[in-house]
Amino acid sequence: MSDPVSREPVLAVDGLSIGFQTRRGLLPAVRELSFSVRSGEMLAIVGESGCGKSLTALALLGLVPPPGRVTGGTVRLEGRDLLALDEAALRRVRGARISMIFQEPMTALNPVLTVGEQIMEAILEHEPVSRKAARGRALALLERVRIPDPERRFAEYPHRLSGGMRQRVMIAMALAGAPAVLVADEPTTALDVTIQAQILGLIDELRREQGTAVVFITHDLGVVSRYVDRVLVMYAGRKVEERGTRDLFADPLHPYTRGLIAAQPRAGAGPAGAERQRLAEIPGTVPALAAMPAGCAFAPRCALADERCVQAVPPARRAGSGLVACHHAGETHAV
Amino acid sequence: MALPETISLSQARTDFRDTTVGRLLRRPSALLGLILLAGILAMAAFADIAFSGDPLDMAGMPLLRPGEDAAFPLGTDMMGRDLASGIFHGARVSLLIGGVAALVSLVIGIGIGALSGYYGGRIDRALMRVTELFQTIPPFLFTLALVAILQPSIATITAAIGITSWSGLARLVRAEVMRLRNSELAQASIILGASDARIIFRHILPNALAPVIVSASILVATAILTESSLSFLGLGDPNVVSWGGMVGAGRETIRTDPHVAAIPGVAIVIAVLALNLLGDGLNDVLNTKGERR
Amino acid sequence: MLTYLRRSAAQVVFVLLGIALINFFLLHLAPGDAAQVLAGESGAATPEYMEALRRQFGLDQPLYVQFLRYLGNLVTFDLGYSFRQSLPVSELILQRLPATLLLMGTAIGFALVAGCSLGFLAARRAGKLTDTVISIVALLFYATPVFWVGIMLIVVFSVMLDWLPVGGMTSVEANLSGLALVGDVALHLVLPAVTLGLFYLAIYARLMRAAMLEVYGQDFVRTARAKGVRPRRIAWRHVLRNALLPIVTTLGVQLGSILGGAVLVETVFSWPGLGRLAFAALFQRDLNLLLGILFCSSVVVVLVNIAVDLVYTLLDPRIELN
Repeated sequence: MSDPVSREPVLAVDGLSIGFQTRRGLLPAVRELSFSVRSGEMLAIVGESGCGKSLTALALLGLVPPPGRVTGGTVRLEGRDLLALDEAALRRVRGARISMIFQEPMTALNPVLTVGEQIMEAILEHEPVSRKAARGRALALLERVRIPDPERRFAEYPHRLSGGMRQRVMIAMALAGAPAVLVADEPTTALDVTIQAQILGLIDELRREQGTAVVFITHDLGVVSRYVDRVLVMYAGRKVEERGTRDLFADPLHPYTRGLIAAQPRAGAGPAGAERQRLAEIPGTVPALAAMPAGCAFAPRCALADERCVQAVPPARRAGSGLVACHHAGETHAV
Repeated sequence: MALPETISLSQARTDFRDTTVGRLLRRPSALLGLILLAGILAMAAFADIAFSGDPLDMAGMPLLRPGEDAAFPLGTDMMGRDLASGIFHGARVSLLIGGVAALVSLVIGIGIGALSGYYGGRIDRALMRVTELFQTIPPFLFTLALVAILQPSIATITAAIGITSWSGLARLVRAEVMRLRNSELAQASIILGASDARIIFRHILPNALAPVIVSASILVATAILTESSLSFLGLGDPNVVSWGGMVGAGRETIRTDPHVAAIPGVAIVIAVLALNLLGDGLNDVLNTKGERR
Repeated sequence: MLTYLRRSAAQVVFVLLGIALINFFLLHLAPGDAAQVLAGESGAATPEYMEALRRQFGLDQPLYVQFLRYLGNLVTFDLGYSFRQSLPVSELILQRLPATLLLMGTAIGFALVAGCSLGFLAARRAGKLTDTVISIVALLFYATPVFWVGIMLIVVFSVMLDWLPVGGMTSVEANLSGLALVGDVALHLVLPAVTLGLFYLAIYARLMRAAMLEVYGQDFVRTARAKGVRPRRIAWRHVLRNALLPIVTTLGVQLGSILGGAVLVETVFSWPGLGRLAFAALFQRDLNLLLGILFCSSVVVVLVNIAVDLVYTLLDPRIELN
């Protein structure tokens, strides 16, 4: 792959911790998470629901909803710590330097405003341009995300568009300010399989053209494997493995990652029905936030778990070009 | 299968009672509502003991100010009637008419709503048309016409209010029943061949109770307001004292003695406020329970 | 659009039929025969006329024939004759209708603007002192009977402060015209409109607050924040417009109740509208007039409801008229 990836990370997250404020105290949901992305690079954050990946995505824009709150760490965008900014300064960054697209294209657009108005708003809120200029740019963006007949769609309300079209509108809106980083929170989960591929292809193409760094949040490793450069696997609020995509699939080091990969349907195998069938399941469920084990959070579900796993959280260790947090990483993979 | 289910049901029932009442009492506004309501109930209960004479009789000097004569703490009206006695006895009429009228509209509203939601189709369309009709005819004017034609008495006023105020409830119950009719429990009973009445009364209505309880307290409040409006216009039962009627009588002297009209109005506000606070509290408690589950 | 019009037409016809049936039922519920009721009871009309009435209404014929005749009269807007007022009922009603519509319109306008503003403010300051104060005030207004508010406002603003007239629609003695007349009517309108509006203000404030808070939790608000839209603009452009939708629906449902409130307010302030006419009819036992008013006010509710539906489609692009 000959990606135009620069050296310096455009987004660097260091020691990010997020918790929920409850009557019984603070429940940690994301702990000490660190990662970075460079311009034009696409990083996938993968994990089951409740692992803290969506919360992490929201934290990148300073949008963690109460009772959740960021309890530590830094999020440096182009060298500036977003978590240290006040709300007004943060607002000027959102939609301009970092933007986000969401899972539900059905509800993520305002039903009473036209598509065009919503895209224009993303421009007008950040730049002192005329409405006419904003309109021209919005139309160009619609064309850019391959919406046919942009002039007509511009004046349309969201309910008239299909799910895929709406997600394209969301992408157009997110790209309006030519951001350095695009955070995509499961943007294809609610879509049909064919539409999924189109949207993923579009995001991939745009990041190559514009050099936008993409943080792609997903629970489905298979969907993104063709597009992303690196994969960060989260489990119960912690990073358990972070590797280059090819390395990860060739030689997954964390037992949880192995479980995830085993749970993926193999492309092209069998008839359409069998393709969607899960091939392997990881036994058990993610521990509740209030009942986190003292040691490795995955230990209760792990076939390799021993005394050490139950007692101590495994530290992240170098593994080739990546990182893994498992006491047993590097041992034989027989499970 | 049957045994653990009955256990969990009875368990749920005691849990429900504990938490609903318990959590209601922990809300300051709902607690205030309950206290005010208890106060009004006590006034109604002890009216005869506290003020033994007929509140419509002349008791003292006319137009005494509150506090002017210790025997009449709230003063008297232009006919020399004791305002305090009127407030106590009026509480009875307001609560009686409010409560029974609400009951009448509960019966009609639940009946129509349940039939409409359960059977759907043509029955639903016909009943909803009727409901729409009752929503269109201005309810107060309708009540007014009914009472005027039937001659005002406690019974006719109660019936008239009940007959004209059920449409909103019917819609609410219909929506709930439609939702619950498609629930697994109801569907299972249908397959098992339970009778319609049994399904409606055993499986559907008990589960639609929460919103009905909330509406009931609001219905009582609205009925009290309507009754007071009727008697303010002079369409109250002429043989009993009523807060609205007292305001109407006090209207004659607002230039010189506004307290005669003001005091019974405060009583109405407190009674209606108490029921609304209770309704709000119930709404919050019953709703959040659903959400946290 | 065409299906919509057809459906509303069907609805109008059904409501008219329904009210005709109810009115007919009420006529027969009243003591004495319908001719007595129609004539306004107790010898307001001559015996000859009573006899003519009996024949005209076919009181010797079966009930359904009587009903059909009654229906025929209603359809041609022949609501009968008021002997007490010595005028046809339809004429009386048309005379009084504008005053009631003016009162209702102003009250609704006041309640909507003030109620929505307060609800908006409360939602934006949710949990703070402003919110608490607004919520308490709304709760109080919601529990206060309209007629009592009217009397208390008269006590304060007319009797004690002498700022506003006690009642009526114009200053009779002044004999004004043009702009001065408009100003005079406006001055007379303030207290009745505020009185009628306060209760609905409370409802809209509570509803608006709840709707705003609900809309704030929706995904598209998060999208707007992620776009970097200013909080103020989010509130006005994204949240407010969506929160107005349930308000409009409620307004439609409550029209009948607002009209009922107008009866009370008109009585308190001697406002020369339908309500006061109804009040007079009530005490003169002019049942024909009373039922005519009931019929006409229902028609007004149906018509205004259709207008409200149209407004809703303007506010919510998802709803199309069919």
